[in-house]
Amino acid sequence: MTTSRSLPDRLQSPLERNLKSWESLLMLVAIGIFIANSFASPYFLNAWNLSDATFNFTEKAMIAFAMALLIISGEIDLSVAAIIALASTAMGAAVQVGVGTEGLVLIGLAVGLTCGAVNGFLVTGLGLPSIVVTIGTMSLFRGISFIVLGDQVYKGYPADFAFFGQGYVWWVISFEFALFAIIAAIYAVILHMTNFGRAVYAIGNNATGALFAGIRVGRVKFILFLLTGLMSGVAAVCLTSRLGSTRPSIAFGWELEIVTMVVLGGVNILGGSGSIPGVVIAAFVMGLVTFGLGLLNVPGIVMSIVIGALLISVIALPRLWAMWRS
Amino acid sequence: MKRILASRELLLLVAIALVLGIISSRFPAFITPSNLVSVFNDTSPLILLAIGQMIVILTKCIDLSVAANLALTGMVVSLINIAAPGLPIIVTLVVATSFGACLGMFNGILVWKLDIPPIVVTLGTMTIFRGTIFLLTEGKWVNSHEMSDTFKAFPRSDILGLPVLSWFAIAAVILFTIVMTRTTLGRAFYAAGGNPHAATYAGINVGRTQFWAFMISGALAGLTGYLWVSRFAVAYVDVAGGFELTVVAACVIGGVSIMGGIGSVAGALLGALFLGIIANALPVVNISPFWQMAISGGAIIIAVALNAQANRTKGRIILKRAEHAT
Repeated sequence: MTTSRSLPDRLQSPLERNLKSWESLLMLVAIGIFIANSFASPYFLNAWNLSDATFNFTEKAMIAFAMALLIISGEIDLSVAAIIALASTAMGAAVQVGVGTEGLVLIGLAVGLTCGAVNGFLVTGLGLPSIVVTIGTMSLFRGISFIVLGDQVYKGYPADFAFFGQGYVWWVISFEFALFAIIAAIYAVILHMTNFGRAVYAIGNNATGALFAGIRVGRVKFILFLLTGLMSGVAAVCLTSRLGSTRPSIAFGWELEIVTMVVLGGVNILGGSGSIPGVVIAAFVMGLVTFGLGLLNVPGIVMSIVIGALLISVIALPRLWAMWRS
Repeated sequence: MKRILASRELLLLVAIALVLGIISSRFPAFITPSNLVSVFNDTSPLILLAIGQMIVILTKCIDLSVAANLALTGMVVSLINIAAPGLPIIVTLVVATSFGACLGMFNGILVWKLDIPPIVVTLGTMTIFRGTIFLLTEGKWVNSHEMSDTFKAFPRSDILGLPVLSWFAIAAVILFTIVMTRTTLGRAFYAAGGNPHAATYAGINVGRTQFWAFMISGALAGLTGYLWVSRFAVAYVDVAGGFELTVVAACVIGGVSIMGGIGSVAGALLGALFLGIIANALPVVNISPFWQMAISGGAIIIAVALNAQANRTKGRIILKRAEHAT
C-alpha cells in the first residue's frame, strides 16, 4: 500500500522486500511472545508443554489454510465451525450403530465435503453473496446437529479412534501437529506454485478480468468451498477424537477465531493477497499467546480480548504509521 | 424501484400471514390479541437491533458487535444501578443509549478514519466488548435481587395495553422510518451504500456516513442492552450470545441487500417479526425448540436467494457470462 505516485530510483532488493514483509514482522512478534513467555512462566520451556500448546491451534489452522485461499479469492465461509458440529454429530450417530474407525473418518470427511459442496453451489451456482449464504448454512448445519442431539451427547468412540486427536507419531510430535505441518506444506504448494494458486489470486484481484483470461472462476471458487468443507471435516475428526464426545455446541465460535488467524496472517480480507507462511506464523502467534496466558492463569475470555485487540491493532498500526508519516 | 421494494415487503407480509394462518388453524390460541402482543414484545429487542443493523448494512458495512455491545451496556447499567439504586430511569436510559453510542462510534472511527474493513473491526470489538464484561465483573452475575425495583419494572410497565419495551420498538420504527425517508442523512445512507463513488461526487462523505450508521446501531444496541437485562432481571457475560447473527438474519430475511443500498425499516421490522413468530410458535405447535436454529438458517438461505432473483432483473446485462464472476 504505497501512496507515493513517483517511481523509485531502484526497485527494492529481494532481501529488503522480505525483511519488510508482513511475515517477518509477524515472525518478530512470535519470537517476542516466545521470549516473553519463557520469562513469564518457568513451565513454558518444556518440550511436552510446548507440544500440548500446539493443540490450541492445529485444528483451527487446518481450516485456516483452506479459508486463506477462499478469502484470497474474495469469498468467505463462516459455516466452518458448524460443519465441524455436523460432521462430529454424524460420526457420533455412526458410532451408535457400530461403525468402525475407518468408517468414522470417511463419514467425517464426507460430511465436510458435502457441506462444502452445498456452500459452493449456493455461492457459485446461484450467485449469492458468500457472507450471507454461510451465515445461513452456519445456522442450518449447527441447527441440524441440535435437532439430532438436542441436549444429549454422543460418546463411546472406539479406542483406536482416539489416535487422531491424542496420538503421537514421534516423541513429542503429535499426530495433529504432523498433520498440520503436512497440510501447511500442501496448501503452500497449491497456492504459491501451481496454476490453481495463480488463479485464486487472479480471481481475488479482478474476478471479471480472470474470467476473460480464461479462468473458470465459478469452478475454482466451488473447489475452494469443497476444500474448506473437507478441511472442516478433517478438523472434526481430530477434535472429536481429542474430546472423545460430541455435543451440538462443539467448536462454537471457531469461525471467528479462524478468520482472525487468517487476517492476522496478512491475508487481505477483501481478497487478492496473502500467503500460507503468514497464516502458519499467525497460527503460532495465536497458539503461543493463548498458551502463555493460560500458564499465567489468565481466563480464556481475557485471552479473547487479547486476540481481538491483536486483530484490530495489527491492521490499524501500519495504517496509523502511514498516516503519521504523511 | 419503489414497486419492487413494496412487493418484497408484501411477499414477507404474505409469508408471515401464511405462517400465522397455518398455526392458528391447529392452535387458535396463538393468534389471540394477548398472545400476539406478547410475541411482539418478545421480538422487540430484535426489532430495535435489526433497525440499527439495517442502516449499517445499507452503507455496505456490517456490525457483528451489536450483541456484545448490548451485553456490555446491560452490565454497565446494572453495575451503575447497584452503585446508585435511586437513579431515575431517564438517566439510566440516557446512560445506556450514549454508552452504546460510544461503543458504536469506536467501531465507526476505525472504519472511517483507518479504513479497516468493517467485518474485521466488529469481529475484534465483539470479543473485546465481551471480554470487558468479564474484566468488570470477574465473571460474576448481577442477579434480580441486586437490581432496584424501578430498574426492573420499567420495560414491563403497561401503557395503553402494551409494555414499554414494545413502545420502544414502535417508536424506533416510526422514528427511523422518518429518518430514512425524510432526511438528508437517510438519503445519504442509501447513497453511500448504493454507489459510494457517485455519493462522493454528490458531496456525501461516505466514511462519515458509515460512522453515523455505526453510532446509531451502537446507540440502539445500548438502549436494548438496558431493556434486555432489566426485562430478564439478570446480567452476565454471555447475555445475547450469538444474537448478532440472528440480527443479520432478520435483516436479510427483511430484504436488506448485504451489498448495500437496498433495504427499509419496514423490511427489517418484518424480518424480525418473521423470526420472532417462528421462535414463539415452535413450542406451541409442539416442535422441539432445537429446530429453531435450522429453520432460521433455512429461512436466511431462501430469503437471500429470493432477494438475488429480485435484484437480477435490475440493470442491463451486457455480458451474460461475466455476471457469473462478480
